[in-house]
Amino acid sequence: MSPLKIKKGSTKHSAYNLRPTFSDVQETHTLAVLVDNEAGVLARVIGLFSGRGYNIDSLTVAEVDHEGGLSRITVVTTGTPQVIEQIKAQLGRIVPVHDVHDLTVEGGSVERELALIKVEGAGDKRVEALRLADIFRAQVVDSTLESFVFQITGTPEKVDAFADLMRPLGLAEIARTGVAALSRGI
Amino acid sequence: MTRQMTGAKMVVQALKDQGVDTVFGYPGGAVLPIYDEIFQQNGIRHFLVRHEQGAVHAAEGYARATGKPGVVLVTSGPGATNAVTGLTDALMDSIPIVVLTGQVPTFMIGSDAFQEADTVGITRPCTKHNWLVKDTDKLSGVIHEAFHVATSGRPGPVLVDIPKDVQFASGSYTEKAKAKVSHYQPQVKGDMETITQLVEAIENAERPIFYTGGGVINSGPGASQLLRELVEATGFPITSTLMGLGCYPASGKNWLGMLGMHGLYEANLAMHDCDLMINIGARFDDRITGRLDAFSPKSKKAHIDIDPSSINKVIKTDMPIIGDVGHVLEDVLKVWKARGRKVNREGLSKWWARIDEWRKVDCLKYKPSEKTIKPQHALDRLEALTKGRDRYICTEVGQHQMWAAQYLGFEDPNRWMTSGGLGTMGYGTPASIGVQVAHPDALVINVAGEASWLMNMQEMGTAVQYRLPVKQFILNNERLGMVRQWQELLHGERYSHSWSEALPDFVKLAEAFGAKGILCKDPADLDDAIMEMLDYDGPVIFDCLVEKHENCFPMIPSGEPHNKMLLGEASTKDAIGSKGAVMV
Repeated sequence: MSPLKIKKGSTKHSAYNLRPTFSDVQETHTLAVLVDNEAGVLARVIGLFSGRGYNIDSLTVAEVDHEGGLSRITVVTTGTPQVIEQIKAQLGRIVPVHDVHDLTVEGGSVERELALIKVEGAGDKRVEALRLADIFRAQVVDSTLESFVFQITGTPEKVDAFADLMRPLGLAEIARTGVAALSRGI
Repeated sequence: MTRQMTGAKMVVQALKDQGVDTVFGYPGGAVLPIYDEIFQQNGIRHFLVRHEQGAVHAAEGYARATGKPGVVLVTSGPGATNAVTGLTDALMDSIPIVVLTGQVPTFMIGSDAFQEADTVGITRPCTKHNWLVKDTDKLSGVIHEAFHVATSGRPGPVLVDIPKDVQFASGSYTEKAKAKVSHYQPQVKGDMETITQLVEAIENAERPIFYTGGGVINSGPGASQLLRELVEATGFPITSTLMGLGCYPASGKNWLGMLGMHGLYEANLAMHDCDLMINIGARFDDRITGRLDAFSPKSKKAHIDIDPSSINKVIKTDMPIIGDVGHVLEDVLKVWKARGRKVNREGLSKWWARIDEWRKVDCLKYKPSEKTIKPQHALDRLEALTKGRDRYICTEVGQHQMWAAQYLGFEDPNRWMTSGGLGTMGYGTPASIGVQVAHPDALVINVAGEASWLMNMQEMGTAVQYRLPVKQFILNNERLGMVRQWQELLHGERYSHSWSEALPDFVKLAEAFGAKGILCKDPADLDDAIMEMLDYDGPVIFDCLVEKHENCFPMIPSGEPHNKMLLGEASTKDAIGSKGAVMV
């Protein structure tokens, strides 16, 4: 079973062919790209985006199948429908790329991101930070008398919202993993 | 049983197993073990070029004239970086090239060693794929895979970077049949549903046109044959891009000539007014489309291309067919015949009547002169005196290239080598050498401008060394003609750095190389001079002094649609608007 759990070649009959290809609307899409885990493969993917002037909103990459030597790249990108189609076609052309899936149009997906957020402060602000963290189900993974490091998991929007709330409370540093995504269902 | 051998020997063995008998290259420290193996065998001929860029262009010329992949062997560092222009050229024109580069030994990579460069990093965006091989056991497998990638799907250049210690070390040889080529298998058969749609459109179209490109040539001679059959059977008009010249014979009655920025009037107007455009192996390049929002506004468009990323890249396609031109044309013909070979005869005859009116404009006419040689006249005479010969034409880039495309006729595929996508000045001379190597007895002419020609003139040394009788036909206007033309039309006739000063005496230059030089400046002498060039059994530099300020017409100015063509000097005033001026 492929680690993507998506039928190979399923892009052919997907719904995106029904959308107007040449429109000016900017859309954000999450693409899952299954690649050979070999030297330089990430550079090929990133080079394609920079060389052709496409946007990368978020990018994650890690090996997902050690025996098969496959890595999964999840890239969130924004562009007109035509540009999104081009990106997919161009990605598909890269030799070590096995599969390109547009999770945004293929029946929806779950997307999660992890962030570590350092908040510095004392007194009421410190208490308020802890209280909000509790509401967001963020965990404290490090603590000193003047600081916390929170770990939060969720959609990028949830992470954004939490970070925005921490800002007036002494947000000092933030590290985000970028989006990992899987299609829903079978 | 696996065969053990050194990496260097593996390279030679793998090339032989791939059927390679010709390599263009230049030795250096990091490829010495491979050169040592080449020295000790006879199956592969190595041609020593004078510059690595020349090696890649020669391999491109070889590939385009034979349909086989061209092979290049160069050293690390500067050897590899000098190959970059050729690689980019081959990528843009979809030419199958396998470039083998030496690299510093693996334990020195990253140490800024002598003649070290990050070759795979530098060439990543200008190859279809590339590999750095760090393990001798994997070397032969990678080379076989490289040939597979270069020649499968949309062809292109690949590069294999081989560190010197990998060349010295021993490893087990992987046979061609066992090499891993598994997951790179581009689709060649087109979708039958869309093909049937296209056939229906063919049956009903009133104003159809075939718009063909380099994909037909790359698909092999069989594809050109099928295209000819389809054109003859349907009676549709056909035009071609610069890259596709020869896929349909110039003498064919349905031939409209080349289209695009310097294409023929009838071809461009037919593209603009058609109701069915059948794009076969072309990619709606900006030289073809002109202004996008006014490109062929009334037509349904079918697009046959092996590369999915070409579909809907710039022009929206109504009938996209992803597949190899040959395979798809075969299916189109099959379906069309099975459905009774129908076309809209009435619509078609009206369409041809309109096209014939456009043809009467005779857009390639020019004012002949008795005093100076007009470049168009020089090519007219070259065409007349070489017609029917076993002839291959290369070009450099610029006005002469467009004139060659307009005034020379190509009857067959693989006979026309020009740098279309990248527009590489300096392409033609080394390309002509590659073509002559592939076809030693054929007539190989490089139609050049003096400025382009100087960019890779060192390759005359290669031509002389290997007794390659290439004819360098230089239309010498002592100008960077196309630049000058744009400055005239666009920059208020301020000719900034567009003239060739301190030009060499080309006759003496030829003699210095050990070739023959011919100077011709009088129209009355032209035929005799050309015959002298053709009759000479050896390389020739033909210095044809032509009219200095001739402009290349017809021309679609930048930012204008097909029906706003300029036909001659009278129509050029303020032809390019401010919007067009920013385009190239």
